[in-house]
Amino acid sequence: MEIAFYLSAVVAVLATLGVVTGRHPVHALLYLIVSLIAVAMVFFALGAPFAGALEIIVYAGAIMVLFVFVVMMLNLGEAAAQQERAWLRLSTWLGPAILSGVLLLVLLVTLIGTDVGGRIEGETLTAKAVGTLLFGPYLIVVELAAMLLLAALVAASHLGRSEAHDESHAVRQVPSKRTADGRGRAASERSLGDDTSSEENSR
Amino acid sequence: MSWWTPQVEAIAFALFQALVILIAAVGAGALLTMVERRLLGLWQDRHGPNRVGPFGVLQILADMLKILFKEDWIPPFADRTFFVLAPAIAMASLLLSFMIIPITPSWGVADLHIGLLFFFAMAGINVYAVLFGGWSSGNKYALLGAMRASAQTLSYEVFMGLSLMGVVAMAGSFNMREIVAAQETIWFIVPQFFGFCTFLVAGIAVTHRHPFDQPEAEQELADGYHVEYSGMKWGMFFIGEYVGIVLVSALIVTLFLGGWHGPWLPPIVWFLLKTAIFVGFFVLLRAALPRPRYDAVMSFGWKICLPLTLINLLVTGALILIFSPAGG
Repeated sequence: MEIAFYLSAVVAVLATLGVVTGRHPVHALLYLIVSLIAVAMVFFALGAPFAGALEIIVYAGAIMVLFVFVVMMLNLGEAAAQQERAWLRLSTWLGPAILSGVLLLVLLVTLIGTDVGGRIEGETLTAKAVGTLLFGPYLIVVELAAMLLLAALVAASHLGRSEAHDESHAVRQVPSKRTADGRGRAASERSLGDDTSSEENSR
Repeated sequence: MSWWTPQVEAIAFALFQALVILIAAVGAGALLTMVERRLLGLWQDRHGPNRVGPFGVLQILADMLKILFKEDWIPPFADRTFFVLAPAIAMASLLLSFMIIPITPSWGVADLHIGLLFFFAMAGINVYAVLFGGWSSGNKYALLGAMRASAQTLSYEVFMGLSLMGVVAMAGSFNMREIVAAQETIWFIVPQFFGFCTFLVAGIAVTHRHPFDQPEAEQELADGYHVEYSGMKWGMFFIGEYVGIVLVSALIVTLFLGGWHGPWLPPIVWFLLKTAIFVGFFVLLRAALPRPRYDAVMSFGWKICLPLTLINLLVTGALILIFSPAGG
């Protein structure tokens, strides 16, 4: 399991480097997806398959899809790569890189110097164990997170609907039984329509 | 034969099983290309492909020859890496999901704790196939198809997960074998009927099958995300769709219809029979239903299926708490 851990850790680090240095936005996103999957593999190797599966489902499977979705709609071409190249000058990244290198050195020295007792054991944490922990000692945190997510959901729903209430849409919706249907559609179609038209303009 | 220890034998048998299941899955996908057209012909009162070989069974061979020998063309305006990667993801993520399906008490590739979650993870990764394929083609129709597909799949994956949580709660495990074992007395289709309905809908939507095939609607998108593909790369999208049908059918059988359980016949026959019935049902749906409008599909998912699964999960949880011997 230690080999699996180190292999996937190396992949995660390399892929993340690829995200930072990549010039093409979509290619950088692909590296980010690989990096997230590698982190999931690290979880698997550490004996936490539940966390690993959730990492893939939530991050690689849902959040990154939205990222890719948005970046694809922007139709970034050679100009974006040029801009990226201009930003990635030696003078820009050298300073922060040296500073983070020093921090990494400190971390490595600490890890090597002290025995933290970190050993990967063949113990697997089941979904049941995670659930018992979440709804036992960490119940308050779970509830708070749920509240936060609900608030975000309500806010997003409000932001998405606000325009659907203006008069031009209200007039166009003649059959009353389709109001609920049409309103959601107007909101979703509008965002998609805007993106495609801007894409056509830039071509 | 000193090296032929029981351990080696177990490994060899596991490898053999995995290979057989993999080949069977791909074979079933390939076979379905012909079976679907014959069945569509039957149900729509017309001839299917019936010229090559007896009853047209050699049509698969003809199609395979055509796909393999067609020029494998990558458009000059396409993004090569992504263009090649997309069909591979489409096929591989679905084939990997077969890993968790227990076929008979002794057959099945992996017995994971997190069984079902592995399927969700693979379904999540499968979205990239369409997304990358559509984007890298550098074609507006393809991009529109990919957009629709990813929006549809994301929406339907939300309640696909929720629809199965009732089953997980009743079985008390994500493990597929334990879920099958929990259906010894009663199939989950009875207590989890709404979960079954919503999972069926979500399964069709996630595999982009008719009537949820807006991503590739020929009439408006000229085939959507794979319009620029040809040859075997297109073939992988094509076979991948059928592999997806087989996978969703096998999952429905495992989760809601008791897997291999059944009287008289051996387990493998029951499993294959039930799966075949669902594959047939998928084809029948395609033969019978018209394609709804795209926004109707989206609002159906969010406004009907999602609340339904939430209520189903809530009621299931409440009933389990009331009737559980521990009493909470």
